[in-house]
Amino acid sequence: MALQSLDITARSATTTPSPSARGEAVKVAKLIDISKCIGCKACQVACMQWNDLRDEVGTNVGVYDNPRDLTDQSWTVMRFSEVEVEAGRLEWLIRKDGCMHCADPGCLKACPAPGAIVQYANGIVDFHEENCIGCGYCITGCPFNIPRISKKDNKAYKCTLCSDRVAVGLEPACVKICPTGAIVFGSKDDMIHHAEGRIEDLKERGYSKAALYDPPGVGGTHVMYVLQHGDQPELYANLPKDPHISPLVGLWKGITKPLMSFGVGLAVFAGFFHYVTAGPKKVEDEEEAKS
Amino acid sequence: MNALIQRYTARERSNHWVVAIAFVLAALSGLALFHPAFFFLTHLFGGGTWTRILHPFIGVLMFLFFMAMAARFWGFNRITPADRQWMKRIGDVLCNRDQNLPELGKYNAGQKLLFWVMVVSLPLLLLSGIVIWQPWFAPSFPIGLLRLAVVIHALAAWVMILGIIVHVYAAIWVKGTIRAMTRGTVSAAWAKHHHRAWYREMTGK
Ligand code: HEM
Ligand code: SF4
Ligand code: SF4
Repeated sequence: MALQSLDITARSATTTPSPSARGEAVKVAKLIDISKCIGCKACQVACMQWNDLRDEVGTNVGVYDNPRDLTDQSWTVMRFSEVEVEAGRLEWLIRKDGCMHCADPGCLKACPAPGAIVQYANGIVDFHEENCIGCGYCITGCPFNIPRISKKDNKAYKCTLCSDRVAVGLEPACVKICPTGAIVFGSKDDMIHHAEGRIEDLKERGYSKAALYDPPGVGGTHVMYVLQHGDQPELYANLPKDPHISPLVGLWKGITKPLMSFGVGLAVFAGFFHYVTAGPKKVEDEEEAKS
Repeated sequence: MNALIQRYTARERSNHWVVAIAFVLAALSGLALFHPAFFFLTHLFGGGTWTRILHPFIGVLMFLFFMAMAARFWGFNRITPADRQWMKRIGDVLCNRDQNLPELGKYNAGQKLLFWVMVVSLPLLLLSGIVIWQPWFAPSFPIGLLRLAVVIHALAAWVMILGIIVHVYAAIWVKGTIRAMTRGTVSAAWAKHHHRAWYREMTGK
């Protein structure tokens, strides 16, 4: 069930208008300032706690990433990258990975199940697992490789941006817990403004390429990063430089499908009208008699 | 009069109908996920999740039975010069002006074309279908391949569905054809009119 207190602007596999009587809502955003993150993973813990998730205890594979990847139980993970942007100057870049809450969400575009994915008027993209059929199309559609299908119930899960908390005026759990203030939450306008101040500060400290990550290829996102090396997002565990919905997904889910459906209907009609105009192909009675 | 010629054995007919039924179920369950306009078809299969679960198994069933049928009919479906002639006269065929059409063997060019469309598209559907098959196989393929596979799957399915619509219509349109697949026999006049070379071969006339 969708949150009744939030309006919906887009709904997967739905061709009629979504519930939107309440008018415009303020667009929200979460801003993650990577320069302030110390990699303590408190946000991972808070996410588990609020959402009642318990991932399996894994094994140490020699790096700090733990768990190794997003799962149906881990909707956010810290990804650690050791880089030398300047020779001899090691930097540890720690990116909190998870759903970016795209303004133009590829997951929603790809999903064939009505209402399994919704986009609220405030910008949050949410999965409603009770409508999910487990086809995995959302994985195909997502430019950030985020959704994960549970092995237990074959439904897709990902970060909700704590839509349940935001709906009642609270900030997401990860924001509340972060001890350094690296994660902040508010209206998207305010977050962009806040980021500008942070970027100015970083530039003064020698990070001349510091920038906000709010990629226009997916219409902007409702989770944004402040990057010290804004010109090289790939340094941050392969954050895509210019993410967009894959052209193959566009081809698959774009105008082609209505056209193809029309083609099928046309073929049936063509047959029907051929029959009533040209008539059936019969072997004449004389031929029948001769043989 | 009323002389009958055997066209399909009971075994061939059964094989054909297994493929046909599997096709209808695969197409309906596939179309259900193809576009929201068809999502209501999931009700036929017990809901969206059941549709997603059942579809690939039905597809594999169709693939296996079609390949058995294709092995039997392969030799009859080679394209000949007479087929090219027939294709050029497709306008006459459609307007029921059959007098000057070339002599044909067991199948006409239209039937052969459908055969080859199926021979190409079913393996494509199988391969692309396995790549996107959740939860068994899809997780072991890279996302780029998944994206390619869904497009190939949807396109191949579309081509096949169009082909089968023409196939079914042709069977209804050309009177005396359907009994070939229900009873196994056709009238001698039908054979002589539509597939004269095959008629000669079968009757020695
Ligand atoms: C040969 C074996 C086949 C396999 C393994 C297979 C597998 C799949 C899978 C895994 C999906 C994704 C949805 C799901 O998980 O159920 C799918 C979708 C689909 N299949 Fe198949 N399939 C096969 C044959 C067919 C056939 C024979 C048709 C119809 C002619 C067909 C038409 C479709 C369509 C239209 C879709 C929806 C595609 C879309 O969303 O764009 N498939 N198939
Ligand atoms: S990051 Fe992926 S899962 Fe999240 S909204 Fe964008 S497309 Fe959907
Ligand atoms: S797995 Fe669920 S959420 Fe993802 S595309 Fe399929 S139905 Fe939609």
